[in-house]
Amino acid sequence: MAAIQIENLTKIFGQPKAVVKAIEMLSNDLDPKDVGEQTNTTIALNNVSFTIEDKELFVIVGLSGSGKSTLIRCLNLINEPTSGKILIDGEDITCLKGQSLREFRRKRISMVFQHFGLLSHRSIVKNVEYGLEIQGIDKKTRREMALETIEIVGLKGWEDKKPNQLSGGMKQRVGLARAIVTEPEILLMDEPYSALDPLIRRDMQNELLTLEDYINRTIVFITHDMNEAFKMGDRIALMKDGKIIQIGTPQEFFSNPADDYVKDFISDVDKTQIYKARNILRKDQLIVHLDDLRQDVFNLMNQKKTDICYVIDNKGIFLGQISKETLAKSRSKGIEKYVDYVEPITRNTYLKDLWSRFEDADENLPVVDSKGKFKGVLSKDDMISVLAG
Amino acid sequence: MFNFPEQIIFRISDIIDIGVDWILENLRFLFDFIREIIFSVYTGTEFILSAIPWWAYLIVLLIAGWRLYSIKTGIVLTLMLFSIGMFGLWDMMVDTLVMVVISVAVSILIGLPTGIFMAKSKRLERILKPILDAMQTMPSFVYLIPAVMLFSLGNVPAVFATTIYAIPPLIRLTYLGITNVNKEVVEAGLSFGSTPMQMLTKIELPQAVSTIMTGVNQTTMMAMAMVVIASMIGADGIGAEVLIAIRRLEVGRGFQAGLAIVFLAIILDRIMQGIVKKFERGM
Repeated sequence: MAAIQIENLTKIFGQPKAVVKAIEMLSNDLDPKDVGEQTNTTIALNNVSFTIEDKELFVIVGLSGSGKSTLIRCLNLINEPTSGKILIDGEDITCLKGQSLREFRRKRISMVFQHFGLLSHRSIVKNVEYGLEIQGIDKKTRREMALETIEIVGLKGWEDKKPNQLSGGMKQRVGLARAIVTEPEILLMDEPYSALDPLIRRDMQNELLTLEDYINRTIVFITHDMNEAFKMGDRIALMKDGKIIQIGTPQEFFSNPADDYVKDFISDVDKTQIYKARNILRKDQLIVHLDDLRQDVFNLMNQKKTDICYVIDNKGIFLGQISKETLAKSRSKGIEKYVDYVEPITRNTYLKDLWSRFEDADENLPVVDSKGKFKGVLSKDDMISVLAG
Repeated sequence: MFNFPEQIIFRISDIIDIGVDWILENLRFLFDFIREIIFSVYTGTEFILSAIPWWAYLIVLLIAGWRLYSIKTGIVLTLMLFSIGMFGLWDMMVDTLVMVVISVAVSILIGLPTGIFMAKSKRLERILKPILDAMQTMPSFVYLIPAVMLFSLGNVPAVFATTIYAIPPLIRLTYLGITNVNKEVVEAGLSFGSTPMQMLTKIELPQAVSTIMTGVNQTTMMAMAMVVIASMIGADGIGAEVLIAIRRLEVGRGFQAGLAIVFLAIILDRIMQGIVKKFERGM
């Protein structure tokens, strides 16, 4: 299911009359730069279309002035698009107004800001409560929810401090807590770690990747740092002058850069610092439940022409794998006793740290998230081709 | 040849006189009504402030100075107030204080909402900005003339003129405080789905409060200055003492009254600034 579908999105800043004129000139295929100069407008987004999948960590990367901040602000209508559609689960949000717009912002989407955007007159817990407070949720409930979230982001004990008593990294944790406490479907992050120093930034990046398994929602992440983009993103969109130049997974960028600009942009990226198991997952395996019948599983494996299947429990937790050989030999009803436990890899592990695992194993290794849920497998061939190429 | 040609001299003073005459004739009832209101507020406030014993003022000031700054500052401020009493100007000081308090209260009542609307409406901003500029460059005693015309002599026109003179900084700083709230903080408020009223009361006003308090401080200082000048149209207070001293050329008496005014101004300013700092530290 596509979570966010963006169709022909255009945003032009300027006087209303000039904007109308600029749209007309753009539709006549004139150069956007000339149009902007002649009409005295800023064309921040020029006919952008793409799709963000459900539960994806989608990164938009670009230099300042490329339109990425405008784009993310269109998603919660802080910037009202000049034209185009934004469909979220099939519903066009660009026509939302007044109360329905407020409801949308309260329940379904939230945002983390580059310079945190914290309310300096409120304590940490009251900052986190804010989104719940304006929805009219009662004091006791919202305090409980806020404290819980503060604990998740690792700020327990700081509840009653004021924002200016916190370090940058801690402030951004508050920003994150405030954004996830309302349990939105979509989390927008506008260069959340750009204002932090490098060490803190790395920690926060890793934490977000772990946290993502728990908050489990669509995340749109903006950055100007290509290393950060490739490190964080399931897929990445590279923007320049209000247009998307290339969209794809990190491997796609490296194996098939769209043009010289992209090549230039990714030339500084240190691949070993970027590729994690999640980036080259294969997701097409046969997955069976622990309580499935042996005969059914065997038939399925024949049908799919596969020699191996992966076993999960009701919650999706990885239990082990079964080879076709073992199943073929036996006659029992269930599959429980054939499950062969293999130590899985967590999906945010860097590939460079995985060499040792592959030295003594030729088969694919199962990959799980930080909760132990099965996510796919990692093959040795993929790993070699990525790190070598 | 070198003189300005007589033929093209055109005095707008005549037109203004005609206008004011018309207003006086036709809107008399309105100004009488306003006069009555100001008068009863004045009498009420004076009653309350005079009912407080002199030592209570000193104790409150001592505690306020101590809490906001240090015990030393508290003692210095208290000594200043005490010396006003020693100069024999205590009752006059209370009269001055009454007028300042009323003017500042009315200024807040009118200036705060005006400043908020000015921050919200581009059109109102365009209209008000030049008016505020004009009000702030106008010499202070020019305000006395319409005040006298509309309300004759005494404390009522003094309060009126003082309020008009003192209100611009409050409007301006309220406007400034609200428009200067950090852009990301405003966006954060919007992104969580705040209503315009929630934006104002939960984000903009709390964020602007120290700027607004600076405005209240400036308004108080301007009111203080104007109340002294308003003695020219018959206002009570320490200003009247200065005026008497000028007329009789009594240097010592004038200097003593002047010193009392300075002391009162310093006390008000310190206390208000202390409150502003408290707000800033709370952020």
